[in-house]
Amino acid sequence: MAQIFHRSTNFIARFSLFAAILAAGLAGLVIYATPRSPYKTNQNVVREQPIQFSHKHHVGDDGIDCRYCHTGVETSAFAGIPPTKTCMNCHSVLFKDAAYLEPVRESYRSGKPLQWSRVHRLPDFVYFNHSIHVNKGVGCSSCHGPVNQMALMWQSSTLLMSWCLDCHRNPGQVLREKKDVVNMDWKAPANQAEIGRALAAQYKIRTTAELTSCSTCHR
Amino acid sequence: MSSALRNCAIFAAAVLLPLAGGCRQDMADQPKNNPLTPSAFFSDGRGSRTPEENTVERGALAEDELAVPKDSTFFPLPITQALLERGRERYGIFCAPCHGAEGDGNGMIAVRGMKHPPSYQQERLRQAPVGYFFDVITHGFGAMYDYSAQVNAHDRWAIIAYIRALQLSRNAPAGMLSPETLRKLKAGPESAPAEHTPEGGAH
Ligand code: HEC
Ligand code: HEC
Ligand code: HEC
Ligand code: HEC
Ligand code: HEC
Ligand code: HEC
Repeated sequence: MAQIFHRSTNFIARFSLFAAILAAGLAGLVIYATPRSPYKTNQNVVREQPIQFSHKHHVGDDGIDCRYCHTGVETSAFAGIPPTKTCMNCHSVLFKDAAYLEPVRESYRSGKPLQWSRVHRLPDFVYFNHSIHVNKGVGCSSCHGPVNQMALMWQSSTLLMSWCLDCHRNPGQVLREKKDVVNMDWKAPANQAEIGRALAAQYKIRTTAELTSCSTCHR
Repeated sequence: MSSALRNCAIFAAAVLLPLAGGCRQDMADQPKNNPLTPSAFFSDGRGSRTPEENTVERGALAEDELAVPKDSTFFPLPITQALLERGRERYGIFCAPCHGAEGDGNGMIAVRGMKHPPSYQQERLRQAPVGYFFDVITHGFGAMYDYSAQVNAHDRWAIIAYIRALQLSRNAPAGMLSPETLRKLKAGPESAPAEHTPEGGAH
């Protein structure tokens, strides 16, 4: 009797076994990596804005403190985006005829707010609060990266739950003196572990169990 | 549908289901009002509301208690080291960009082309009552816009106390200094006490 399958099908059979395992692995990788990729998290994606507002110029070159514009950051959950009036504090005189500032002046005249395009966005089922972080010595740059070098704003962290937890498990690694909270050039000193422990005690940072409890962030 | 096909479909669904974890769901986008996000509910499209006319915000009355008339020389808070430190910090954030860390009117923004503010060291401003400073911060002055939205009343007083300290730092009578500081001052600029130079402005 003639063979039904040609000899070469042996190879196809073995190959397809192998390919199936490979495909499953690949699918697993895609499933694992997609939610963590910049495509989903928007990490490092520079966001276009209606006005070319540059943190590099205002913070890096001119030395304006974050809190001059983001006034809520020490006292409330929301850091706040400055109203048009804040821009006009300076730009009523500085570059008062520049065309690129016309939308700002128009907004000030008409009272219609500027519509910035949002960069950071946590899902609504997460509770986040700026004031507790800032008042316990977690600096802006630990979460927002080198803002003083950003010509246009981008999100420098993933904002994934694992990112929050990595810090909540061991906040000592980032804690600094309160006066350094807005300091963009702060680098962890060599003895950060020691300093972090002392500061954690001083700020009365709670236990890892409390900080990683689901109801801390999902309430 | 043959059972093989159905099994295939179930298998495919089981493989694809975890992918749905990457989708956004309603919990992530709840129909609630987040600060500064647009809202279709109000005709002007603003989610964050400005106070209605003739209404008083909660907490605003406490602010009023610290307000004084323009010519008042009364300082409504106890002047403590903590208040001065607070004033130094707030001054660095809100005033130093234009007025400079030492109050000479040469802050970074003035250097970049903002109108130069007057120096706090001039006689007129050294004699001005504290109420005048409160008024300038609250209502603005000439080219300077008001800071009432950015600086609350308590912090305004902290800043005023610090401005007074800045003015004094250039005009203190020798008798006020401790013998130690006086000795260092006389010894020359190299060993001048560092604690008298106010910290550099905001970063
Ligand atoms: C002169 C005012 C000003 C100063 C000073 C300033 N910012 Fe901003 N900031 C803005 C404006 C306006 C926006 C909105 C436009 C944008 O996203 O670029 C913004 C946006 C941001 C955002 C993104 C918000 C979002 O959409 O998610 C972050 C984060 C931020 N600023 C951090 C900082 C930090 C940190 C500092 C201090 C180092 C700082 N800013 C100083 C005006 C300012
Ligand atoms: C404290 C003063 C101050 C405030 C407040 C301020 N700016 Fe500026 N702005 C400056 C200065 C100084 C420059 C020049 C920057 C440089 O060249 O270093 C500038 C430059 C700019 C430019 C020109 C492009 C660039 O970056 O060089 C734009 C656009 C601008 N500002 C937008 C804004 C907007 C929008 C706001 C309000 C959120 C704002 N500014 C608030 C001082 C200010
Ligand atoms: C612990 C990390 C962390 C620190 C520290 C931090 N931020 Fe944020 N910031 C976030 C997250 C997360 C968001 C997104 C919040 C949301 O979507 O609700 C955010 C959002 C913002 C926004 C957009 C408006 C808002 O509140 O949603 C601004 C502006 C901002 N941050 C400025 C600052 C400044 C200025 C500092 C330092 C004084 C700072 N942040 C410190 C994590 C941080
Ligand atoms: C770089 C470190 C760091 C990161 C990143 C961070 N946190 Fe925190 N978080 C802290 C510290 C430190 C505290 C203060 C703990 C204390 O007071 O005991 C804190 C406290 C909090 C609290 C206050 C708990 C309470 O009961 O009041 C909440 C809520 C919170 N974090 C949410 C978040 C969320 C959500 C994220 C991620 C988007 C995040 N944090 C990322 C360091 C961090
Ligand atoms: C430090 C803050 C924090 C704590 C503690 C925390 N979460 Fe989260 N969680 C987050 C953040 C932030 C996100 C949003 C991540 C994103 O946008 O992808 C999230 C998302 C989630 C999601 C949705 C995941 C998705 O893909 O949409 C679930 C489910 C969840 N958390 C469950 C939990 C459980 C269960 C616990 C307790 C064991 C917990 N979380 C503790 C911050 C926290
Ligand atoms: C954006 C730049 C800018 C900032 C920030 C600023 N000022 Fe001024 N200030 C000015 C200018 C410009 C003048 C001069 C106004 C004029 O003569 O038209 C002035 C004038 C003054 C005067 C003098 C009024 C007089 O009689 O000559 C006082 C007092 C004063 N500012 C206090 C403050 C305090 C306190 C702060 C911080 C809360 C502050 N300023 C922040 C720009 C600024």
